[in-house]
Amino acid sequence: MKKLLLASAVSMTMIGSVHADGHGGTYAFDDEGAHQFVTFKISHLGFSWLYGRFNEFDGQFVYDEENPENSSVSVTIDTSSVDSNHAERDKHLRSEDFLYVDDFPEASFQSTRVELGDDGEADIVGDLTLRGVTKEVTLDAKMLGHGEDPWGGYRMGFEAQTELALKDFGIPMDLGKASETVEVIISVEGIRQ
Amino acid sequence: MQVFNSSSRFGVVSILLHWLVAVAVFTLFGLGLWMVDLNYYHEWYKTGPDIHRSVGILLFGVMIFRVLWRVVNRGPCPLPGQAKWEVRIAHGVHGVLYLLLFVAFVSGYLITTADGSSIHVFDWFTVPSVTGQVKGLEEVAGDIHYWTTWAIVVLAGLHAAAAFKHHLIDRDDTLRRMVGR
Repeated sequence: MKKLLLASAVSMTMIGSVHADGHGGTYAFDDEGAHQFVTFKISHLGFSWLYGRFNEFDGQFVYDEENPENSSVSVTIDTSSVDSNHAERDKHLRSEDFLYVDDFPEASFQSTRVELGDDGEADIVGDLTLRGVTKEVTLDAKMLGHGEDPWGGYRMGFEAQTELALKDFGIPMDLGKASETVEVIISVEGIRQ
Repeated sequence: MQVFNSSSRFGVVSILLHWLVAVAVFTLFGLGLWMVDLNYYHEWYKTGPDIHRSVGILLFGVMIFRVLWRVVNRGPCPLPGQAKWEVRIAHGVHGVLYLLLFVAFVSGYLITTADGSSIHVFDWFTVPSVTGQVKGLEEVAGDIHYWTTWAIVVLAGLHAAAAFKHHLIDRDDTLRRMVGR
């Protein structure tokens, strides 16, 4: 009986390690552990950077180990979760002047193709839907690392960024010459499913 | 002119409070509606809300005093010749206006303090947040503030229309009493 238990424990370990040999697969964002951030920065009058983030979003990516260019990623963001650490400004950001969250409660990104670069870098091209406008954007992405975590899972992390013109997505508020574009940085860790 | 209200006349304190609040409420309403649509580079973009918040807090203090004043010093009796239902509706509207004003004060205060920050009343004093940071509170408080303030100006308009009806159609002293006659 003891032997049997031991044998099954060994085989479990082996299955685990066989699985962990490759690192391809489907990864879900670590929403629960909050190892994921969608942040943005925009110039304030040309004098400083204003940083904000979206607290509620979820997504997953599929990493194809053999052909990384066949990998894909999708993200869904709750636009009302915008947080710039200032209640009055957040209220303004949720209004019709900016995100118009009453009518467009969700923003999303769905990749359509991946162009590989050097050093774990890649251009992830996809459709970004924001404030009801869908446009093709390119995320400048980099794989930061992957491997077994200390708790029996397998994780992989990326950071990607892109620059958006407010006007392209129908955001009517004019913040001035220095603030026509916003840089969006998405930093995520996925847990292999 | 008398300081206190009597059974036939309003005193000067009640009269001044009435007109002060009337002017402040319509000014705050207009300022509020105007300031939220200002261009980012407009010189009132920051000043407008600063004044709106400061005057709102001060008006809250004035209204507390007004309610206390009214409790210890009741207004004059209804004029002879006014129907009971008329008096009852008028008093009802007054009560609802008072209530809505306090809802507007609290909701407006909560928009600004929803992230735990304080309200600076001019450069005079600071009112801290009582809730601390509450996620999304500014949205709920904002909706309540918007609709109660609309209700206030509509009701106040009705209240004014009724006063003119007394003055022009009934030709009684309702409006005259409010200016101390």
